[in-house]
Amino acid sequence: MEGQAPKTVDLLAEFESSGARGVLEELDRDLIGLKPVKDRIRETAALLLVERARKSLGLAHETPTLHMSFTGNPGTGKTTVALKMAGLLHRLGYVRKGHLVSVTRDDLVGQYIGHTAPKTKEVLKKAMGGVLFIDEAYYLYRPDNERDYGQEAIEILLQVMENMRDDLVVILAGYADRMESFFQSNPGFRSRIAHHIEFPDYADEELLRIVKHMLAAQNYTLSAEAEAAFTGYIRLRRTQPHFANARSIRNAFDRARLRQANRLFQEAKGALNAAALSRIEAVDISASRVFQGGLLAERKAKETTK
Amino acid sequence: MRITQGCFSFLPDLTDAQITAQVEYCLSKGWAIGVEFTHDPHPRNTYWEMWGNPMFDLKDAKGVMMELEVCRKANEGAYIRFNAFDSTRGFETVVMSFIVNRPADEPSIHMLRTEVDGRSIRYSHDVRG
Repeated sequence: MEGQAPKTVDLLAEFESSGARGVLEELDRDLIGLKPVKDRIRETAALLLVERARKSLGLAHETPTLHMSFTGNPGTGKTTVALKMAGLLHRLGYVRKGHLVSVTRDDLVGQYIGHTAPKTKEVLKKAMGGVLFIDEAYYLYRPDNERDYGQEAIEILLQVMENMRDDLVVILAGYADRMESFFQSNPGFRSRIAHHIEFPDYADEELLRIVKHMLAAQNYTLSAEAEAAFTGYIRLRRTQPHFANARSIRNAFDRARLRQANRLFQEAKGALNAAALSRIEAVDISASRVFQGGLLAERKAKETTK
Repeated sequence: MRITQGCFSFLPDLTDAQITAQVEYCLSKGWAIGVEFTHDPHPRNTYWEMWGNPMFDLKDAKGVMMELEVCRKANEGAYIRFNAFDSTRGFETVVMSFIVNRPADEPSIHMLRTEVDGRSIRYSHDVRG
């Protein structure tokens, strides 16, 4: 027989030694805003820790359902959080390897009869021992075509989610409203998912902090005027179509770098120092088309509808 | 008669937990696992039937064990082996192979001696149920 089961358990010590604290702190540090998400993850971590402690004391134990759904608008950090979640589950011992396999409909559903099941199984085998992240999961289900092969993938997924809970955690992600109707038409998914986590949109001030975070990571600085210009940019960009939160902002930052490089090149008169190479000025941002009311095609469309 | 081919074949049959541990070792080396089966264990029968494609990019042994389960069900009483393939340039070959399933009742291999060209002897083997 193995050694006697311990009589007591120190949750705080477990929290430290499992490395869960490290993951949660990293989450706090690296992700700006997303307070409700962080709270939910902290709750989940607490639950898992307590479950683990109960198991070590020999109390009746069954692996809790860990499948999750992440809903939120584009660019709100769903994939990033999924990656951290995989790390957290691994540290707490709920998945053996802790890798994240990120897939969409194309990776699961085949084009011909008999093509879907092997494809889905292939993905599942790769995801074993880790987390399977299905982005835009609602595309799996096409209500307009009853012979769509997506249904086959859904059935395999449901079966694995039920029978192999020890081996694999599935996270479904997508926009809130479409996920809702996906769950409506596939009640099997809703009942197998214990944690529904909603990702809120970022506030303007949070987006500005995200930009600064990105800038710092890549050794760029914003001049004071550029910061004011960027604040205006965020406010305007939000009202225009295809706004994707942090992703739009990252793209804006990339374009600002492009303009900065171009500007430096054109006004080059002599030696430049590191500060000049890494400073983004207001002109680099205010040249954006967002300040003229979006892309040309979109402006035209607006005018014709008026 | 116990067929001895590949690694571990002189040991008692591996349990599933032991097979899992061996597969974990292979995956940790970055090898791809292929499942193969046959009903004809003749030593000269080198190429067994492939059970699906070799599995690349797996992280966990569970994926391989799932395939083994399905293969066992579909081919009752077959010999099943795992081949571990190393794709590193310069190797590009099977580096480990072991039997993971064998029938309860194994056939025997019979040797036949034929005298040819006077007193010379030719040997041949056949599998007998």
